[in-house]
Amino acid sequence: MTALRRTLNLARPDDVYNAIVDAHKGLTDEQCRDFDARLILLLVNHIGDEAVIREALKEAAAK
Amino acid sequence: MSSYEYRRYPCRRAPELDGKAARRAVVIVGAGMAGPTLALELAARGVPSVVLDEDDTVSIGSRSICQAKHSLEVWDRFGVSQRMVDKGITWEQGEVYLHDQAIYRFNLQPEPGHKFPAFVNLQQYYVEEYLYERCLADPAIDMRFRNKVVGVAPQDDHVAVEVETPDGRYTLEADWLVACDGVRSPVRHMLGLPFEGEVFHDQFLIADIRLLDDLPKERRFWFYPPFHPTNSVLLHRQADNVLRVDFQLGRDADAEEEKKTENVDRRLRLMFGPEARWEHEWTSVYTFTCRMMQRFVQGRVIFAGDAAHVVSPFGARGGNGAIADVDNLGWKLALVVAGKAPMALLDSYCSERRAAARENILNSTRSTDFITPKFPASRAFRDAALTLAPDFPFARALINSGRLSVPTQQPGSPLDTPDGDDDWVGGPRPGRAMLDAPVGNGWLIDGLGRDFNLLTFGADRVEPPDGVTGIAVGGNGLAWQRYDARPGTTYLIRPDRYITARWRSHDPAAVTAALARATGRSHT
Repeated sequence: MTALRRTLNLARPDDVYNAIVDAHKGLTDEQCRDFDARLILLLVNHIGDEAVIREALKEAAAK
Repeated sequence: MSSYEYRRYPCRRAPELDGKAARRAVVIVGAGMAGPTLALELAARGVPSVVLDEDDTVSIGSRSICQAKHSLEVWDRFGVSQRMVDKGITWEQGEVYLHDQAIYRFNLQPEPGHKFPAFVNLQQYYVEEYLYERCLADPAIDMRFRNKVVGVAPQDDHVAVEVETPDGRYTLEADWLVACDGVRSPVRHMLGLPFEGEVFHDQFLIADIRLLDDLPKERRFWFYPPFHPTNSVLLHRQADNVLRVDFQLGRDADAEEEKKTENVDRRLRLMFGPEARWEHEWTSVYTFTCRMMQRFVQGRVIFAGDAAHVVSPFGARGGNGAIADVDNLGWKLALVVAGKAPMALLDSYCSERRAAARENILNSTRSTDFITPKFPASRAFRDAALTLAPDFPFARALINSGRLSVPTQQPGSPLDTPDGDDDWVGGPRPGRAMLDAPVGNGWLIDGLGRDFNLLTFGADRVEPPDGVTGIAVGGNGLAWQRYDARPGTTYLIRPDRYITARWRSHDPAAVTAALARATGRSHT
């Protein structure tokens, strides 16, 4: 079973991080929530590993 | 208002009123869909029953409309399913719309080669009428209309039932009382038994109408349609050119206002356009709950259908769940009544059907939450799935406008023998429903005996134990694929057509042991 990756997996972390933030620029809170929902569903399906997804849900909730 | 002609069934004077009392093996309360189905199932197994109903006609209004394949397979044993198929609307396709755009089509029967379709839409009153006809023609079934249960007194070895009729009151003594008396179950109330669960507040308007146009056969579900932009709408065709239109109204709607004909007409006019003409069949505003009893067997009182558990209508799990209940109960109760199995066999009815009810409630609650999101983030994910669906096939699978009733799984039932061979790659495991398949010129389900069946694949004839029907499947057809069969593969099928054990080769001792276990006579 693949565990949720805890070490860096991005070649250009600053670029990706800022791309996510920039995509939310100018959106209302409600638009942000809708945008994030679409983004999460797209990424979750791409990951496809339920155990990883559940672990991420747990870790995100624990913070 | 309805085009269906409600006939009144005769209320005969009960013999108990004239002092002719006799202990009854089984008394069934409620002549909805479940009660008469159970009576027919018991009669076919040689067990007579009395069916008590406070009314003298069938269900008023369409109520349940989607009769699932597994229910049709049950009713087929009483010879009424072909009539239901002929009268009803066979559908396998469904379509989901977002605004005015079709975003998703589904087919509920992904493979051909089954005697019955995934669903037939037929109003509950027709189902009940056909079942009543069979019950009234069966001397082992005593149908008592306008016989209302007003008291239930459980005793050690029987239940005393107080019955009120137009001719007076009488007491009926029953070895077993089966309450199929609906969501408001008077029997459950009289015994003071709790019925706990979740209450939903969203209101829905049902308008059953007759529309004299070319009607779609598919089930259609709209999220935010132009004609009802804030909520969802479901459209479903029934027999006699009747359409079920189900408008989600939200929590704050005024039910009395919404039910008024002019207000219903206003909604329908927006939906069907200025040219359409219709007549009203039935109108109702409903909310729903998901509830379940702690125990479906309380001494000698047994609960089935909505009396025992109730779900939201999304997924057609109410009526079909009730038929699955009595299918599970019928053969077990018949064995217990005949003294061929211990009373403890009925505990498995409770455990298996409670697991099924949990599965049905889970599925219908998920559909409900998708259709009526309870908080903003829930709505955001719902709308995200809908928005992505046209371009991303994966998102279509997330759209949940009702996961329609299929036989539930009963994993880990004490009656079933776990797989001993570890080389299965497919086929129904113990605890799963059997699968139909074409065999010769007919269907696998047509060859089944009423009791246990031993299904064997390959040329060697095997001798099944007493009372078990042997079915040998030769050739190499679709049945072989569906059962992951090789020569020698053997399945033991329960009377309710669940798999209870399977092997890679036929071993008479193993079959005998599995049979004992499946009838509660051993637990090894």
